[in-house]
Amino acid sequence: MDSPKTMTAHYSDTVVRQFSIMAVVWGVVGMLVGVVIAAQLAWPELNFGIPWLSYGRLRPLHTNAVIFAFGGCGLFATSYYVVQRTCQTRLFAPSLATFTFWAWQLVIVAAAISLPLGYTQGKEYAELEWPIDILIAVTWVSYAIVFFGTVGTRKVKHIYVANWFFGAFILAVALLHIVNSASIPAGWMKSYSAYAGVQDAMVQWWYGHNAVGFFLTTGFLGMMYYFIPKQAGRPVYSYRLSIVHFWALIFTYMWAGPHHLHYTALPDWTQSVGMVFSLILLAPSWGGMINGIMTLSGAWHKLRDDPILRFLIVSLSFYGMSTFEGPMMSIKTVNALSHYTDWTIGHVHSGALGWVGLITMGSLYYLVPRLFGREKMHSIKAIELHFWMATIGIVLYIAAMWIAGVMQGLMWRAINADGTLTYTFVESVKATYPFYVIRVAGGLLYLGGMIIMAWNVWATAISGRSVKVAIPAANAAHA
Amino acid sequence: MDILYLLIPLSVILVLMVLAGLWWAIYHGQFESVEQEGERIFRDD
Repeated sequence: MDSPKTMTAHYSDTVVRQFSIMAVVWGVVGMLVGVVIAAQLAWPELNFGIPWLSYGRLRPLHTNAVIFAFGGCGLFATSYYVVQRTCQTRLFAPSLATFTFWAWQLVIVAAAISLPLGYTQGKEYAELEWPIDILIAVTWVSYAIVFFGTVGTRKVKHIYVANWFFGAFILAVALLHIVNSASIPAGWMKSYSAYAGVQDAMVQWWYGHNAVGFFLTTGFLGMMYYFIPKQAGRPVYSYRLSIVHFWALIFTYMWAGPHHLHYTALPDWTQSVGMVFSLILLAPSWGGMINGIMTLSGAWHKLRDDPILRFLIVSLSFYGMSTFEGPMMSIKTVNALSHYTDWTIGHVHSGALGWVGLITMGSLYYLVPRLFGREKMHSIKAIELHFWMATIGIVLYIAAMWIAGVMQGLMWRAINADGTLTYTFVESVKATYPFYVIRVAGGLLYLGGMIIMAWNVWATAISGRSVKVAIPAANAAHA
Repeated sequence: MDILYLLIPLSVILVLMVLAGLWWAIYHGQFESVEQEGERIFRDD
């Protein structure tokens, strides 16, 4: 018991609650826009002739919403939660943490308004115009101060492995954003990239692949390394492996970017560097996958009854699949077939829906009840239903895109005996139609699952209460 | 490919920072008694 003279310190969980709720909200929004644009590709009439509903403007809204709004809020929520608990201290500068929440929501709203209005820098996953880029930079620096400040004021000497992943993600994204977004303003919402031509392409895909590697991979591996052991009730399978694959991963990822630029004006040797490092990357990636899955060693039976654990473990299966597929697609010969086809989209979505989506959902299902003083989510059956809808949705999506992609690649390169092209481009578009329809179905299932999650989270939150969790004092002795 | 004059030094600086982080971790006891560290998260609440 605390003596009357001592104040019990509490974790700063309000900001965790805020980000957790918004992660779910933006998940629904971002996935809904995804379904809309998928439908537009199958049925272009759905553009309605309205500029701000057109595919070209909605696509970046979709990518930004699912990566930065859904994924971003999920990362903020979980990193703020994990860093406090593993460092046994509350957040450093909690008001700054609150600032990051409101500033990030402002970034998202600014994106939701400016992108459909057509304001874009034209760089993939970096479309937002320069004033919003500045807000992102300010928010991100604040995030780094809060996170590293918390690690710096920890009561436990050892820095738990998840925090290394979160820390690397935060620092890398800061560097990537600042370098790639460098631009010269030519108006309030108009700017020109500081780079040009294939040089800009190289910077863009150095950024783009590291956005995948550090934002979508490293950050979520931080999530994985905390929530899988917690949900499974077993420690990470090999703590040593987690350290080794962390360092290997962050060394290797930086160099893989050129695999987006095979057979372009980028110099051959640069393309080869990207290809080789992408292949090497398979090893540390699978190290993480194996470590996470094998954490269930001795506890496989829990998968039978625990749908949250299923989300977490299946996410790693998709992670393993994508980190095998990616290196394969980085091979120049394979890329010659896959580039510019829907296979790339299939690959992206197996990673995004399969790995990023499912690990975030599983982690939020762990987190939300605890943030609202409940033992578990309002409905376990709804989690179960969500799991199946999400998984089937993913499989439909990626299978459709694989078939479409390989078909497109083969059609584009088919030549007749006299050397002329066999197919016109529009014939490949027509042949893709049924697969675009299947993809809409897959996306609808995935969105449907997310809506069920939103209901479940809402029901859990309103029947719970925002709790203040005391920081255990005794554990400080273990430093 | 003049951009490489920026990207390569930038990447090298990054690698050096990563190496500095690794050096700090090793020589400041982050990897002592690693076996128990995995278990520690079960004692935090």
